[in-house]
This record gives sequence, structure tokens and C-alpha cells, in this order.
Amino acid sequence: MMLEKLTELLKGLHPEADIENEDGLIDNGILNSFDIVTIIAEVDDMFDVKIPASEIVPENFNSVRALSDLVERISEEF
Amino acid sequence: MTTNILEYLEATAERIPDSPAFSDEKLTLSFLEFLKRSRAVGSFLIGKGVKRRSPVMVIMNKKPDTIAVFFGVVYAGCFYVPIDPDMPPDRVKLITAKLDPQCVFTDKKNFDPEKYGLTCPVFEPDEAESAPLMEEGLRAVRDTSIDTDPIYVVFTSGSTGIPKGVLACHSSVIDYAEAFTGMLKPSVSSVFGMQVPLYVDACLKEILSTIKCGSHTWLIPRSMFMFPVRLVEYLNRHEINTLCWVVSALTIISGLGTFETIRPSHLSTVCFGSEVFPVRQLALWREVLPECRFINLYGPTEATGMSSYYELPKDRIFGPDDRIPVGKPFKNTRIFLLDDDDKEAIEGEICITGRCLTLGYFRDEERTAKAFTQNPLNHDCHELIYRTGDIGRYDENGDLVFVSRKDSQIKHMGHRIELGEIEQNAGMLEGISSQCCVYDDIRNRIVLYYTGEAEPKDIMMSLKSKLPSYMLPSKLEKLKVMPVTNNGKIDRSSLRNKAKEEE
Repeated sequence: MMLEKLTELLKGLHPEADIENEDGLIDNGILNSFDIVTIIAEVDDMFDVKIPASEIVPENFNSVRALSDLVERISEEF
Repeated sequence: MTTNILEYLEATAERIPDSPAFSDEKLTLSFLEFLKRSRAVGSFLIGKGVKRRSPVMVIMNKKPDTIAVFFGVVYAGCFYVPIDPDMPPDRVKLITAKLDPQCVFTDKKNFDPEKYGLTCPVFEPDEAESAPLMEEGLRAVRDTSIDTDPIYVVFTSGSTGIPKGVLACHSSVIDYAEAFTGMLKPSVSSVFGMQVPLYVDACLKEILSTIKCGSHTWLIPRSMFMFPVRLVEYLNRHEINTLCWVVSALTIISGLGTFETIRPSHLSTVCFGSEVFPVRQLALWREVLPECRFINLYGPTEATGMSSYYELPKDRIFGPDDRIPVGKPFKNTRIFLLDDDDKEAIEGEICITGRCLTLGYFRDEERTAKAFTQNPLNHDCHELIYRTGDIGRYDENGDLVFVSRKDSQIKHMGHRIELGEIEQNAGMLEGISSQCCVYDDIRNRIVLYYTGEAEPKDIMMSLKSKLPSYMLPSKLEKLKVMPVTNNGKIDRSSLRNKAKEEE
């Protein structure tokens, strides 16, 4: 569910990318700083999850799977 | 009297030749090295026989070499036109058609000039930076230069869908350099961290402070602004003490809770501008940096860089309803407000006059004549003013406060954007019958509403090939019917409210 929603969000931002299979969203320069800010705001809106600054690192945004794991991990911590 | 910006560079390179001028992660250029590279590029261009006072396009990444190319172009008596290397070729084409450049410098791999509509020679910066010096040629250019000669053109968003180029000259830039450094007082111990890209005039703050006052500037890679903790680590590692950033770059740090993990350790001056600083975010910054100077800057590209400033008094607290003033004009700049009848008022359109005025829009007499007009208050002689299209008022302390725009221009992530340009581009797509672009200033996002058959993701794909990333809507929504006002116009304000209310 979460993975689906995040995939949908990223596809909306980057319809040209193969979001499901891409594992270099940051390393390959697909996401930019506007996207990161958008994603953080949307994650807050959709799941009521606040991603702390210390977790905003390339590893957590390189793939939709990594992002979904991150959001899941944070939501469990609370 | 300084009549050429190169005099600043030459004086500093003589005073402190070995001090660092511009750095990125890969390269640091000392003042002497920077001067040599600039002069080599100038010699190279002279050798190629470029025409004086004509455009040289620079499509290069953010790195010290790019700035050396800018100065090299000025050494050759030409003016540089910096272009975002990530700008879609179709949009560059519009600029190329208007500009008709003499030649292009690019560091892009596999650059295909045809895609950009270019027929002129294309050069690599490396080739030019190692060219032999032509002392005589450089001297000849300098001896015949005057301070109204153009230095650069920067292109900004245009409401008709075609970007417009603002042309600045030596005297306007010198005026800005004197006023800005006189206010900021940078020195050889100032270390700047440049956030803005090199294709906007905002980068002059760091460049002019560096070449005139011997400060050191780090060019921060754009990708750094995705990761706030790393960004602060970067500032600390390079002992950066001075920032001139757009508000949205500062709020990326404060808004995401970065200060709970790491704090900037060397900052003593923070200038900000281009957007309204949310008071709560500002309070976070001031709490972390109680001894730091905070300065709000305001100014349109048309009046060269910045035109007014307000240094926040240490003891003044800003409440939720307070607007941070943009303050007083820089030295040698005059600002006044005109109402709808062109009478001086305490609330009205912000008008600017002085040596800071640029030469207007490149090859666009019509738009130049509209924005740069005779001062309606002056019946005695010629006096040009620039009408900003911004509405301002004076507060109880006599400080200028920015109120709003007259038209549909917005500031988004520090970029000046005409919503009309986004609409123009969307309107050209198949499957769209009507469209309206609004700005949701609560979430700081651009929202495009449209009617027609097209699917949001297809529209997004097409817009990506026409607009730079900062102009892309964050949200696209298909409507069954476009709301209209009683006069039959698209009801912008209802859509603006809709954008703010929706998720």
C-alpha cells in the first residue's frame, strides 16, 4: 500500500523514469532538491510521517523501495 | 574612478595573488590563476576575431572555470550570456534565436549544437584557458572600452512564453559592487558559500565581493541542497562564514529539523531574499545563531542585483503578522512608490532609479520601453526609472515593505517565474483545452489546472521537454469545467484557494 502510493507519487514527478526498477534515483540525477522537498511534504500529508533531517541522505532516496522502507521504519518508531 | 569591472580583479590579484578566489570540490583557483585563465580566454576570443559588444553564450556547469570564462568574455570586450546547462534544448532554442551569439562555450559532453538551434562556433573552455596571451589585443580592447558597454545578459521567464534577456553594463555592475560591499563589508577573511546558480545575476554578490574585496567563495553543488545535514557539514568543513541565499534554501535546513542534528559553526552573516521569509523559520535561524547578522535583500534583475536592504536589529522580534521590511535603498540608488495615477504614494508600484539601471531587455525595444520609462515626477529633464511591477509600502519606521506583485509573476525556490509562461507551454499541448496555473504559497508549489483529454503524466512529460525543472508544476489536476468569473475570465482566485485547501 505504502509502496504503491510512493511509486505513484514518484511517477507523477518523473513519468519518464522507470520508477519501479530504478535504484539510482539520486546517483543518476533523477531526483532534484525540489523533488526531495515535495516528497517529504507529501509523505507527511499522506502517512502523517515526519522524516527527520538525519534520515534525509541519498541512500534513503535512491529507490522507491528504500524510501518505502524508511517511511515504514519511522512510522513504527512512533 | 573605476570604469571597468576588470580593474577590481586586477587590483586584488596584485594585492593577494596566492589567496584562494573560487573553489569547488575539485579545484581551487587563486586570484593569480583566476586572472591568468580569464586573460587567456579573452586572448582566445580576440584571436578568433569575435566582434566587440556582442554575445557569447556560456552553457557550463557551476565551477570556478565558468566564472573565468565570464571574465574572459569581458576581457575580449564581449558580453557573456550564461545558460542553465540543464535547460531543455527547446527553451534554449528560443533564446538562441533572439540572441544570435558569436560563439558558445560549453563543457557538456556530446553537445549537439543543432538541438539548441546553434550555427555559430562551439568551444571547450579547456582549449581557451590554455591559449597564449595576446597582450596587445587585450590592451586595445581595454583602451577603447567605456563603462556603458554591456557585460552580461541573463534570461528570465517571460509572460508571453519567450524568455527575456536583461542586459547589464560595467557602470551598473560597478555601482552595485560599491553599494553592496559597502553595506556587507566583506574582507579577505570572508568565506562565502554560493547557493545560487551561475546563470542568474544573484551570483554577483559572491563574485563581486570576491574580486573586489579578496574574499573566498565556495561554489556549493546543487545536489547538496537535497541533503540538509550534509549541507551544514559542508559549511562547517569549509569554514564558511557568509551566506547570500534564497529563502527556500535556508528553510530546507531549518524546516526539516536539521538543527536538532547539526548546527553551522562559523556563520557570522546571512543575507537572504527573493522570497518572504516565514517568520517561524527565521526565528529558528536566529535562535541557533544569536550573534549573526541577518540581512533581507530586495531587488529586480533590471536594476542590477539588489536595490535595497534591511539588517534585522538584534533586539527586534518578528511576530506571525509581521513582514520583514526590505528596508532602505542601497547607496546611490533611489526608490519611490507610484500609485495608479503616477503620483508619489506611501503604497504603490516600486520604482527604481540610479546608475544601477541596466540597459534594458536585449533586442526588445517594446518591453524595454514599457518597463524603463521617463520619471513621471520629473518634468525638468530626462530621467529613466525602472517600474518593477512590485507593490510596496512604507512602514511606521519609514522602511520599505514588499506587499505583492501586480501581475502573475511569482518567486519559487528563488527563481522568478511568470505563471503565464507555464500556461503558454501547457496550452500548446494536444489534449488540453484550457489551463490555469496558480501558486500555492502555503506549500510553496505550482499547481496547473486544466480541462481536456490529456492525462497528467503525459502533460508532465511534455512540459519537461520545454521548461526548466524549477518551473514544473508540483501538481497537475484535470477539471471537468474551468471555473470562470462573471466576465467570463478564468477564476484565478477560486483556483488559488482550491490549491491551498487541497492535499
